[in-house]
This record gives sequence, structure tokens and C-alpha cells, in this order.
Amino acid sequence: MATVARAGPSARRWQDVFEERRFLGPLLIAPAVLFILLLVGAPLALAIYLSLTDATAGGLSGDWVGLKNYTEAWDDPNFRRALRNTVIFTLVSQAIVLVGAGFLAHALVRDFRGKWFFRFLVILPWATPVALSTVAFLWIFHPLYSVANWTLTHDVVPGSPAFYPYKAINWAFARDFWPSWIQISPIEPIDPPQWLGEPNLAMAAIIFAHAWRILPFATVIFIAGLASMPPEVEDAAKIDGATGLKKFWYVTLPLQLPIALVALLFGIVFTATDMTVVYILTHGGPFNSTHMLTTWAFDTGINSAALGQGAAISLYLLPALAIVAILMLRFARKAEVT
Amino acid sequence: MTSRRESLMSYLIVGPFAIVLAFPFYWMLMTALRADNDLYDIEQVPFKFNADSPTGANFRFLFEQTDYDKWLVNTAIVGAAVVLITLVVALPAGYALARLSGGWGQSVGVGIFLTYLVPPTLLFLPLSRVIAELNLHDRLWSLILVYPSFTVPFSIWLLMGFFKTIPPELEDAALVDGASRLSALARVVFPLSVPGILTVVIFSFSLVVNEFVYAITFISSTEAKTVSAGVPTELIRGDVFYWGALMAATLIPAIPLALLYNVFLNRFIAGFTGGAFR
Repeated sequence: MATVARAGPSARRWQDVFEERRFLGPLLIAPAVLFILLLVGAPLALAIYLSLTDATAGGLSGDWVGLKNYTEAWDDPNFRRALRNTVIFTLVSQAIVLVGAGFLAHALVRDFRGKWFFRFLVILPWATPVALSTVAFLWIFHPLYSVANWTLTHDVVPGSPAFYPYKAINWAFARDFWPSWIQISPIEPIDPPQWLGEPNLAMAAIIFAHAWRILPFATVIFIAGLASMPPEVEDAAKIDGATGLKKFWYVTLPLQLPIALVALLFGIVFTATDMTVVYILTHGGPFNSTHMLTTWAFDTGINSAALGQGAAISLYLLPALAIVAILMLRFARKAEVT
Repeated sequence: MTSRRESLMSYLIVGPFAIVLAFPFYWMLMTALRADNDLYDIEQVPFKFNADSPTGANFRFLFEQTDYDKWLVNTAIVGAAVVLITLVVALPAGYALARLSGGWGQSVGVGIFLTYLVPPTLLFLPLSRVIAELNLHDRLWSLILVYPSFTVPFSIWLLMGFFKTIPPELEDAALVDGASRLSALARVVFPLSVPGILTVVIFSFSLVVNEFVYAITFISSTEAKTVSAGVPTELIRGDVFYWGALMAATLIPAIPLALLYNVFLNRFIAGFTGGAFR
């Protein structure tokens, strides 16, 4: 193709550059690569440098302290708690999201009346800016005017016999078969649960709010995966008599695994590195019990102005991200071969 | 095509999920329309309007007593500027990477995509220093400069997927007709990818509206905030909450964004998965 251009006179040499694939490609990509190196690569390098110094918010330069920031962070019980919280937060919310998205996508990929309206409702949490929807959860879990608590402690089905949801929950949790770590004290209508004021409940609230907003995204990716399944597979499964659970286990699941893993890897990254939900909902409280690595780094680096220390804390996330990146690369390559 | 039993199953699964996922929005609306004497009364049934409700007072308060309108304008300015920068940088790159698939083009594409995984929470500390050194603190320019760092990788990825669906033969035909490669690009390829480009615009813009970490780190003056940073930091002050106004503030950006998402959802899926995972 480029030979057409090469035949031109020497005055058109500059133009030739734009015709030649060899030059045009890199030329078109260069600005993007430059931009990314400057705004992602350089700050990342700077973060690693800062984490090795005792820099404060006052200036970029600090004295070289080696790995002291990392070891100091590690020895801090608040950091340990934040690390543990980040792992729990990520694993539990992703488990909820995967199961939920699996069910939802299977139901939404079929045609039924009013599907677009249901899809609209399901997409809502994803379309709303996180900071704003988290403010809504702040209100839903309000210590005094919580609608969740109102519903729990009021007769929700007017008329007799009175039905109070909290009584049902108390009855269910009074059974013996629950493992000890899940047992909760009975709910008293006079002193309803303080969703954001008690460490375990606050973690549960954070996980719920986050799973709530990631679920639509995972569902959308799952729907994409299901929609891309060739119809011949469906027919073949039908002929072989695979239906219901059997079909799901032997046909759908193996075919959907790659895309489910992509959704999972994305979810892990978005969750482990998320700061917004925790920052707004509890700001690490009560008593630093719900800090994540991200909020702890923010409090240390910005609010306490210990830039180097903060950078070290957030960089503890890097190994996890690197693992996810490597897995993604392997999947991208595998998906291409097939 | 779908049997009655199957659609009943769909309703039974989707219904409960839809209720949980959409309930906060119902609740935002109910709260936004409430008068204070109704809102802050534990004895009232919160699912129906009592006392002076429903009222538009919260919306009036939001626009007359707070800087909410300024935050909306700021968000729109930053969003428009970032989308523009993103398109200028990502369109050529996305096109080139789509055509150079195989060999190093593919590696660069995946490499760019991976930078999307490097989160703001890892970069905001060093960047806060850089912004301070550049004297951009408290200025919208700081956000306009930094936001493309996540919109560009994301957009290149989507655009790569879209451009791959346009057969290269179309450009070759234009080249044979004597068009230069760049004009073939401008006259043949870009018009065909308008839906894809629009999708990128919508989702880049929504990433900007969503961003919170940089916004609260770089901007501290009330007038220069974006919606995402302004609402949680300025409308929540100690123990004084304006819950009615707060819920109105969350609802106003959510509804148009949700409608746009729904319109462009199918294209988003096509671009997102078309990149390499298929």
C-alpha cells in the first residue's frame, strides 16, 4: 500500500511519513504513550521514591531512609488492621458480586416483558457517582432516622397479626446452628443497630454499599459473555439432553469462566484500591476499626502530612495489583489463541 | 420464544435484585421531597408524605443557599475539557493499535490497558506534590491535567475494540481512489465509528463525574469543587446535615447519567469485550 506514496517526488517526503505504515503507527500512538508515562509512570516512580524518604507535605525532597517507612507501617497495629480489612472487604464483596451477577445475568439475558425497565433499575447504582450514592447510604444507615432500622422495628404489614421483621431475625439468629463468629445479639427496638457506629456492623455496611455498586458492572460483563456464546452450543446442549444445573455446570460455566475471571479481576482491583466508600461512610471509624489501606494512606499522607509514610502504605497494594495484571495478561493471550 | 415458565423465573430472580439495587434511589427521591418537620420525626411513617411534604424546598435550598450550581458547572467544564483531551490522544492511538494487531502493537495495547489498573489511590500522594509545585492547587486545571491519566487508557481500549469491527478494506478502497491515509481516516473511518466515539465520550465523562480521590486532594476551596467532592465535604458539616438537600443533590446527576448509560450500554459491552477478550 505504501508503495503508492513512495513513488512521489522528493518534495513530498514529509507527507510520505504519514503514508508509511512503519512511521504512521508509532506516530499515532506516541502521544498516548507519552501522556501515560508522564501521568502514570512518573508519579508511580515518584511514589516509590517518596516511600523511601522521610518527605513531608512541605516539599518533595526528604532524606533517604531506606525501607524504614515500610517496616514502621508494618509494625503499626492500625496498619495491620487496615490490611486485614482490605482483604476481608475485597474477598467478601467480590464473592457477593460474583454470585449475584451470575444469577442476574442469566435472568437478564433472556427476553421478557419489561426487560429494559428492569435493566434500567439494575444499572442505576453503576451510573451514579460513587461519592453521591455513598452519601445516600449514610442516610439509610443514619443512627436516628435509618430507614433500615425503621423497617426492622415497625409493623410492616399493617393489620393483624402484627409482623415485626426484627422478631423474625432474632428468632432466626437464636438457633444453635450458626457458627460462633456470626452470632449476633438480639435486636432491641428501643436500641436499634448502629450500622456505622459498631465495628462489625460498619464493615458489613461498607461491604454492602460497595457490592451494591459493583454488582451492575459485573452483571453487564456477564451478560456480554452469555450473549457471545454461540447459539450452536445451546442447540448441542439441548440435543445431548443437558438442562438446568447440568447444562450450567458442564456447558455454560466452562465457557463463561474466562469472562467471569475478567470481571472478578476488575472487581478485585476496583475494591482493593477503592477509597470513596470507606472515606465517606465511616472515615475509618469507629476507633480506626474500618480503615482500609487506601484510607489509612490518605490519613497518614495528607491529613498527618507524612508523605513518605503514606506512599509506603499505599504501595503495599502494588504486589496484589501486579499479580492481577499478570493474570489478566495470561487471559488476554489465551483468549486470543482460541 | 421464551416460555412462560422461563420468563416467570426471570421475574423471580430480577425482581428482588432490582428492588435492592433501586431502593436507595427511591429513598433519595422520598427524602428530597420531604419537609424538615416530616423528615426529622421518628414517629412518622417514612414511606409516605406527612406534615408539609411533599415540597420543593430542598431543591430550592440546594440552588439558592449552597454552591451546588457552581459544582455542577465545574464538573461540566472539567468533564468537557478532559473528554476533548482524551479524544485527541486516544482516537489516533486506538486506531493505530487496532490496525497493528499482532506483534508489538498488541503488546502496547495491553500495556496501555494495564495502566488503567493503576489506581488513583496509589498516585494521589506524589501527584499532590506535583500539583503543588506547579501552583495548580485549588484550580480546575489540576483535575483537567490529571484525569486523562485514567480516561485515556480506558478510552484507547474501548476504541481499539470499535475500530477492529471496521474492515480495513474500506480504507484501502479510499486509498486506491487517491486519498491520503490521514484523509481516509478522517473521511471513512471516523464517520463510521461515531457511535463508538459517543460511547467513549459518555463513559469518559462519567469517570470524571465519579472521581473523588484526586478531587478532594487537589481542591480545597468551596467554589472550585466538583459535584462528587463538594456534596460529601461541604453539605455534611459536623452534626448539621441537610439530608433533604443532600438527597436532591445525589439524585440530580444520577438520573441523566443512568439514562445515558442505558442507551449506550450495548455499545459499551461490544467495545469492552471486543478489545481482546473474545
